[in-house]
Amino acid sequence: MTETSIAIDVRNAVKRFGAVTALAGASLTIRDNEFFTLLGPSGCGKTTLLRLIAGFEEITEGEILLYGEDLGALPPNRRPINTVFQHYALFPHMTVAENVAFGMRRLGWTKADIEARTLRILDLVKLGDLAARRPAQLSGGQQQRVALARAMAPRPKVLLLDEPLSALDLKLRQAMRIELKQIQKDTGITFVFVTHDQEEALTMSDRIAVMSAGEIRQVGTPREIYEAPLDRFVADFIGETNVLDATVRRGSDDALTCHLTNGAAFPCHASVPPEDGAFAHVLIRPERLSLVPEAACDTGLTGVVDQAVYLGTDIQYGVRLDDGPDVLVRAQNVGADAVTHRTGDRVGLAIAPGAARLLVD
Amino acid sequence: MRRRLDIRRYPGFLPVTILCLVVLYAPLLVVMVYSFNDSLSITRWGGFSFRWYMDIFTGPESAKFKDAAWNSLTIALCAATASTTIATAAAVAMVRGGAFRGKALNLALISMPIMVPEIVTAVATLIFFSAIGFTLGYLSILVAHIVFCIPFAYLPIAARLQGIDGSYEEAAQDLYASRFQAFLRVLMPLMAPGILAGFLLAFIISLDDFIITNFIKGAGIETLPTAIFGAVKQGIKPNIMALSTIMLSVSILIVTLSYFISRYGRQGTKAGA
Amino acid sequence: MAGELASTRAVSRTFAPVRTHLLIPTWVIIGFFLVAPVLMMLVYSFLTKEFRGGVIWDFSLAAYDQFIFDRGLFGDDPPQIEWTYIVIFARSIVQAAVATVLCLIIGFPTAYFIATRSPATRSMWLFLVTVPYWVNLLIRTVSMKFLIRDNGPLNEALLGLGVINEPIALINTDFAVQLGLFYSYLPFMVLPIYASVERYDFALSEAAADLYANRWTILRRVILPIVRPGIVAGCILVFVPSLGAFLAPDLLGGAKNFLIGSLIEEQFKGNAGNWPFGAAASMILLSLVLIALFIYARRQALRSAKAA
Repeated sequence: MTETSIAIDVRNAVKRFGAVTALAGASLTIRDNEFFTLLGPSGCGKTTLLRLIAGFEEITEGEILLYGEDLGALPPNRRPINTVFQHYALFPHMTVAENVAFGMRRLGWTKADIEARTLRILDLVKLGDLAARRPAQLSGGQQQRVALARAMAPRPKVLLLDEPLSALDLKLRQAMRIELKQIQKDTGITFVFVTHDQEEALTMSDRIAVMSAGEIRQVGTPREIYEAPLDRFVADFIGETNVLDATVRRGSDDALTCHLTNGAAFPCHASVPPEDGAFAHVLIRPERLSLVPEAACDTGLTGVVDQAVYLGTDIQYGVRLDDGPDVLVRAQNVGADAVTHRTGDRVGLAIAPGAARLLVD
Repeated sequence: MRRRLDIRRYPGFLPVTILCLVVLYAPLLVVMVYSFNDSLSITRWGGFSFRWYMDIFTGPESAKFKDAAWNSLTIALCAATASTTIATAAAVAMVRGGAFRGKALNLALISMPIMVPEIVTAVATLIFFSAIGFTLGYLSILVAHIVFCIPFAYLPIAARLQGIDGSYEEAAQDLYASRFQAFLRVLMPLMAPGILAGFLLAFIISLDDFIITNFIKGAGIETLPTAIFGAVKQGIKPNIMALSTIMLSVSILIVTLSYFISRYGRQGTKAGA
Repeated sequence: MAGELASTRAVSRTFAPVRTHLLIPTWVIIGFFLVAPVLMMLVYSFLTKEFRGGVIWDFSLAAYDQFIFDRGLFGDDPPQIEWTYIVIFARSIVQAAVATVLCLIIGFPTAYFIATRSPATRSMWLFLVTVPYWVNLLIRTVSMKFLIRDNGPLNEALLGLGVINEPIALINTDFAVQLGLFYSYLPFMVLPIYASVERYDFALSEAAADLYANRWTILRRVILPIVRPGIVAGCILVFVPSLGAFLAPDLLGGAKNFLIGSLIEEQFKGNAGNWPFGAAASMILLSLVLIALFIYARRQALRSAKAA
């Protein structure tokens, strides 16, 4: 990867509001043409980081580089970066076309250029026939597209999106995910997307940074984040998961085995293999576990079905392990003839190959 | 049956409200009615007539009223314009200036003209003007009016600005508008109903002022209220009732206007609404 | 996102860098033409009077002394407490207090009634109550004077209906002054109470009713304590201007009910022509008002500190 392919380089960014530290030294690089997501719970600092990039907040320490140039204390109107606001902030006293043209006018584009670009960009977001409307006359989804069009029109180097889908209802949100991703691909603009919705992050992003308490916990592709979380926080935040306490045994062939206190043992994997005999957390996603007859169980994980919840596409079981913790198991609902288990049934658990992963913390 | 179950309802509160409105409106209505009384005596009803309205414009006191009206209107116009401008700047600083030291002090300063009793302001201003040798007259009235109109202009403007989502200016700046352009092209159009309401209220407040004007006007200049007060001292004459009716109609008209402006303006100030 | 939204969206600091420039006009105008005059008035209250208005620049406590003590016509008698001015202040305070109570008795049910209307009709009621406030106070007071004169429309109507046999003497009484003050400042009572009743959650009334309280107990034990800040604010807004009122006492009270406002006016516009004394009386009035506002602000601060 060459230097020029890095769109945004955040170096040890710190933001304090008085005594409150909103961002405690975040570093990350966002590549050119990338759909990059900042994911985390409320108050984790993701919006603060976005606002630092946009220039709405002044950075306390550290620096942010845009294509190798320090943004410093440049005000937002001097940064070739545009934002799609959470509640869109469409100017209510202007038409859709005027909203879209606003940025280009400020940049001093010629009238002809502005007109051509406005038409083109409104076509892109499928709003060509609503150019003369006022924002108040549009539906939520249409307003969302105008906000997107307005931010993309002046050809920003980077587009920032602050939870732009959160105000839409579920169906529309799902449709917009696909559309947003498509627009990003077609235009090749670098997107920095902020969300607290992990499903949104997983479906759209090229890479995700998971944040918590003002720090970046992990950066990786959706698959890495989901399947190989670096720590307990990431594992818990992304999807449902079972975390078990175990002692790790290192075999002769460097194969790792987890031993639970109740005697169960099964093979596991780790990105950084720990010492023999080390204590560790083992992560197993519920959908990577399956229920098998007790007799056919080779992991030693046996127990009683405590709970069975019908979820439509899935059936979720809560299993109380013998002398051990409760675990969640998710079985796909493959049809009426699927084997179902009832509360009180004794069962064994099978683990899909490679599904048990050690956490480093 | 439902009414009796409604726990919010208190018997007797409606009559009190009606009483309240009767007390507020009865004197005004009575004066309005009697201003059309075709009789020299203000007590006896002598039939309907416009003669006292004619009297204001053509009668022996018409020149005095005309001067007073001209002074009142021009002072109100200038004072409202100046105070609205000052108040708009102050509101932007107070509402969009973040937290800063001395913010409470600034707010106290802005609202001081409302806090200090009018008669005290009048005394202080008179003393100050005479101490610095400021000639009492048109200009002294205008300056004093600008001062006490500021908080009245400020309140609706600041309230309006508080209701405008901060992301609008940020969006404007994000789209390459300078701070001044963001104000001029985005914030000010959105604030317009508040600014207009503030202007109208300041205008009425200036038009209505009696106590302060009476103290600092100096000899030889009258505004409508001081002219009316002077006339009333010799007893209430029917032409004063006609003049009062015109003035109160103008006030009611302006307030009604500002009410509908602010009602209309309330729509669409929240982002995404 | 609630916490983060509150910190990032509610507060826009876009104009923070230029806020000083934006505030300078306010500082200049109010500072020079109100703060400085009040300070100048304070200075004047310690100067020596010049007959027929104005001052002599000699330090003197005479104005305050005159307020409290009577030293005879030539100022050399042994000082005795001078009750005249203290009585005028006391009477003003009583009149303002009565007007405030009157406003509260009528204003609270009105505000409550309006706040419980449907949102559509609510603003119309509120509008009706506030319109008279914007009508020239002088005109309103003159109208009241006209209405309640001995042979005015009110007495005529009551005589005509046979309710009374001879006109009630209303004008030039204490009651007329109280009525005038009440009439002048009633909207100031209704608006803040309305604002707090409108925020009141009526589920609390339902909860109280569910726990066997009748509606008057609910009013006394639940609603009144909760909307108290609005009531206190309304009382202050009525009391403060009533204390320094000039028009209602002057036009409705006649000469015999001297109040602070008339006393002060007399020193500058009338025959007394004692500027230092007028300044001193104004300072005392201003102090009373500031003390009332200060106590109110302290209580508000304590209340919000407790809430946090």
